[in-house]
Amino acid sequence: MDFTLSKEHEMARALFKEFAEKEVKPLAQEVDETEVFPRATVEKMAKLGFLGIPVPKEYGGQGCDPLTYAMCVEELSKVCGTTGVIVSAHTSLCCDPIMTYGTEEQKQKYLVPLAKGEKLGAFGLTEPGAGTDAQGQQTKAVLDGDEWVLNGSKCFITNGKEADVYVIFAITGTVEKRGRMQKEISAFIVEKGTPGFTFGTKEKKMGIRGSSTYELIFTDCRIPKDNMLGQQGKGFNIAMHTLDGGRIGIASQALGLAEGALENTIAYVKERKQFGRAIGAFQNTQFQLADMATKVEAAQLLVYKAAMAKATQKVYSVEAAKAKLYAAEVAMEVTTKAVQLHGGYGYIREYDVERMMRDAKITEIYEGTSEVQRMVISGALLK
Amino acid sequence: MKIVVCVKQVPDTAGGVKFNPDGTLDRGAMLTIMNPDDKAGLEAALRLKDQYGAEVTVVTMGLPKAEEVLREAMAMGADKGVLVTDRVLGGADTWATSTTIAGAIRNLDYDLIITGRQAIDGDTAQVGPQISEHLDIPVISYAQDIKIEGDSVIVERQYEDRYHVVKAKMPCLITALSELNEPRYMTPGGIFDAYKQEITVWGRADLKDVDDANLGLKGSPTKIAKASDKVRKGAGEKVSLDPDESVSYIVDKLKVKHVI
Repeated sequence: MDFTLSKEHEMARALFKEFAEKEVKPLAQEVDETEVFPRATVEKMAKLGFLGIPVPKEYGGQGCDPLTYAMCVEELSKVCGTTGVIVSAHTSLCCDPIMTYGTEEQKQKYLVPLAKGEKLGAFGLTEPGAGTDAQGQQTKAVLDGDEWVLNGSKCFITNGKEADVYVIFAITGTVEKRGRMQKEISAFIVEKGTPGFTFGTKEKKMGIRGSSTYELIFTDCRIPKDNMLGQQGKGFNIAMHTLDGGRIGIASQALGLAEGALENTIAYVKERKQFGRAIGAFQNTQFQLADMATKVEAAQLLVYKAAMAKATQKVYSVEAAKAKLYAAEVAMEVTTKAVQLHGGYGYIREYDVERMMRDAKITEIYEGTSEVQRMVISGALLK
Repeated sequence: MKIVVCVKQVPDTAGGVKFNPDGTLDRGAMLTIMNPDDKAGLEAALRLKDQYGAEVTVVTMGLPKAEEVLREAMAMGADKGVLVTDRVLGGADTWATSTTIAGAIRNLDYDLIITGRQAIDGDTAQVGPQISEHLDIPVISYAQDIKIEGDSVIVERQYEDRYHVVKAKMPCLITALSELNEPRYMTPGGIFDAYKQEITVWGRADLKDVDDANLGLKGSPTKIAKASDKVRKGAGEKVSLDPDESVSYIVDKLKVKHVI
């Protein structure tokens, strides 16, 4: 087994790193402080194809593999968790389901501008009463002539108000399954500006504060019949498959945050002096760093393995769940230790590790909590 | 229009500098980048390609690993890459380098050759103009702006306090300043495409109209007496004085040291 990256992947990493250092890092603190969506950065990324990395060239993308995409989210998140999740939600949660389940017409109409970055994408599954229990959906879609009429609301939607194209899940009826009546869920593509589609409150968050997190409200929102994504009643499968890919994106974000915090800490402990010595000379610091670096590398291997599994396997739910579970928990642990090693300065917002620790927490929650990942992993073990 | 851009893989100043026992740089052991002035030259060529349409061929001379800068150039938008590499060409100074590159370019069709003003390792600014001498074409150095008009180029040539507008008929050679532009980033897809393309690799035998006496370390008139890494200076002395006092303080110090 060879763990070295190909030259192409190394060069792609160098590109993402250079972009992150030059264009993203200088804004990271301001984006967090002001909670303003980094639109200018998104436009720059669009121009360079960062918003369509794993999308085939014939649909306006870069035609790269999921590993290249994961490395992009990783490098962006090393310096700014907000920028990382913008790319992840757009690519994994909006481009990917349209690429996988869309008709040729839907791909031409929606995927091409999304992959070129002319439009930004979002995904609406979560509702106030339906988080981990995704079956608990309340949003309904009723067919009326040639249109579906949507009513309900979605919450905690990443890229919420900034997106142009939304993949939305709604109940389209009930079906009998193993003698019980169950909700039939279907997926739809909804465009911003459709009458009846409005935004609720902007969420004030602990971390990833520049990310636009909104409630989406549908009130007699009429969308064309052709905007159903995939088959009627297959929405739950589409959502779960999409989240498998999304978890690789979030795992990459978590990995980047952990790596960024570790890099900052290594630099800090060489500079910071106490008792006449750099704190890096103390064994406690050294051992902490050793543990952090080991866990970060283990997380990276799981994330890259999951990304490669997406490229080569039809089903990669367990790989994605393991990568997200581990990378998210490592991100939380490593950023917390980074703050501790920074001492009082780590608690001050001027230092990046303070933001990274706040940003890391969400990776244990969104796109499936750590508990959900454990359910997926153990479910496969006990099948 | 056909444009040839010469690029050099140089040590990344962010990494350390390592030397061979003979005083030349140990290029295999160092982190490397595309020379900044050359990158500006490449960007200028790509902008001409965007504006007027052109085929851009990138040429480099170096170790086999110098192929990386050609891939990078192609990932930015260059069409073809030529790597000139051969053991007998190693250790070349500016004379042997320009002889080699001119020998390679004689195999290519070109209207315009763009090189960087100078490389951050050698800092001579000689190779570009020397190539033009070998090829017997006009050279405009220190370009800060390039335009095409019919079969001519119009270049703003930078001086210390002004610039000259120089017009030359093509084919000609231009040396570019890094201030010329902000080079574009590669694209992810461009990187993977660049690695799918063939790179032309030429050795000594492929060079046209060159004499062995002018190649490699043996063909280099420049002899390096000694080379060393930068030695860190001491902290120096810091004083805080008003401007008048500062002048007399400095003058006194210089007198004490017999500088003046």
